Amino acid sequence: MTILQITFLIVALIAVVAALMVVTSPSMVHAALWLILTLGCVAVLFVLLNAGFLAVVQVAVYIDAIAIMIIIVVMLTRRAMSQDATQVTKTWWAAILVAATMFAALVLLFTLVPFIWEGPAALSMTGEAFLDELGESLVDVNRYILPFEVASILLLVALIGSITVALPLKIREKESGD
Amino acid sequence: MDSVLNDTFVWFAGLLRDLLESLGIPADYVTVLLLLVGAFVLATILLLSTFILIWAERKIVARIQDRLGPNRVGPFGVLQTVADLMKLVTKELITPIGADIIPYNLAPLLAVMAVVGIWAVMPFAPTFIGADINVGVLYTVSIGAIGTLGIMLAGMSSNNKYALLGAFRTVAMMISYAVPMVLALVIPVLLASSMGMSSIVEAQSNFSWFIFLAPVAAFVFFVSSIAEVGRAPFDLLEAESEIVAGFHIEYSGLKFGMFFVAEFLHAFTISALFATLFLGGWQGPYAEIYPVLGLVYFLIKTSLVYFVVIWIRASFPRFRIDQINSLNWKMITPIALGAIIFAAITEKLVQETGLNQFLAHATANVILIVIILVSLRLYASAARKAQAQKDELAIPVSQASPIE
Repeated sequence: MTILQITFLIVALIAVVAALMVVTSPSMVHAALWLILTLGCVAVLFVLLNAGFLAVVQVAVYIDAIAIMIIIVVMLTRRAMSQDATQVTKTWWAAILVAATMFAALVLLFTLVPFIWEGPAALSMTGEAFLDELGESLVDVNRYILPFEVASILLLVALIGSITVALPLKIREKESGD
Repeated sequence: MDSVLNDTFVWFAGLLRDLLESLGIPADYVTVLLLLVGAFVLATILLLSTFILIWAERKIVARIQDRLGPNRVGPFGVLQTVADLMKLVTKELITPIGADIIPYNLAPLLAVMAVVGIWAVMPFAPTFIGADINVGVLYTVSIGAIGTLGIMLAGMSSNNKYALLGAFRTVAMMISYAVPMVLALVIPVLLASSMGMSSIVEAQSNFSWFIFLAPVAAFVFFVSSIAEVGRAPFDLLEAESEIVAGFHIEYSGLKFGMFFVAEFLHAFTISALFATLFLGGWQGPYAEIYPVLGLVYFLIKTSLVYFVVIWIRASFPRFRIDQINSLNWKMITPIALGAIIFAAITEKLVQETGLNQFLAHATANVILIVIILVSLRLYASAARKAQAQKDELAIPVSQASPIE
């Protein structure tokens, strides 16, 4: 076994265990911390696949985002820090129903649409050229410009929405009144 | 001997590799072993260098404040930090009741790790860099996120309201200042057309340092990186007069020492980052021929920037939280966005028309600075007018002029 394979096995094992802990941990804050470990391991897997850029972005985006998420968990939920919170709500059967339906629908969708399996053209994965190609593919009309712009608009909508929600009540009334 | 002078670092690595391979270890295990040894040595030297950094900082701050500073232990008080460390080591490690044990103990480690991790991609000299990855700039940002996480964990797990408040302030400040910092980082990347740290340094040869090409971006990066490491005047995540000590209030002994070391090393690290990205890193006369000279230039530039950081710390009073947020979102972030637009357009023009790169960027920056100053002046007069109106309304009815 090479060092690469040993590393992969260890990291993959940690990732799976941590992912299980995310859903079974009774404390919300702990669940968020396990999620960080899982995503960190995924970043290491990206490194092992020679996709350094994705690994670095994974850490930069997710770990910062989860730090914010923990704050929101503490501010918005009751007993976020306590250990004895119950794991199931009264409507657990409805949640299972929704999840199962979504899963079935997704499987159905993937089987009905054949070209999804083909996937987009892979980028060449060598150093500097990879970054150049990644950047160009995001603004290329024939490749990913549509998903890229849709994602941008989604983020813009979220941004404007959060500003509207956060505006003090007086300003909101004044603007809608005039 | 000639090869030793010319390529000291490569020569030394080759020596170690030969030694290990002569012991009969397979080649790829030798590579891993050498990387581990390199990381260990680099981290140890860095952590030991904080002894000097803390002493220098205390001495300089003391001089600025018209004091003597540490002067009892060793010549000029150099060994004061060693004495302080001895005191910290002998102190009891207290864990508060109700603390979340694992995150509580993990937090100081993460704080130190995030700082030391940045040095892995720092180009000390032409042939002396830990890992020359092609996304070096982005890597420094993502490692910084781990530092934020360490502070968050410390605040969350200490079971203390002040610690939690400190952690919340972290989110309000460090995460929002990451925005202009990353935006300012885009400009050296754009000018060097690479995200690798050593290519960025190589692009700044012959004194075409990026601080001359992009002074506005350099300023934005400098300010936001000071805020990012939470140093004075942005140190309100540990404002003593408001929240006692902030996130590290419940830590004692060496665990507190780790936060302390992380803070001082972080300030030195951002100085090194600034020197690398905007002051040409190891670039200087004869640095290409004798890499050791490059290391010297790098350390000189870093120390100069570090001195300015200390100077600022000793000179400015602490900001309020609302001042910090409005400075970021209303001033620094728009300036950073403007700087990116100007730099991108100018660089494209230079490439298309063959203008003088330095003159073009200088003109663009002057225009940008004029726009900033004019809009600041307009904002100030508008704010003054609004304040005057408010004052007028506040006059009691008996004294107010009759309404028509």
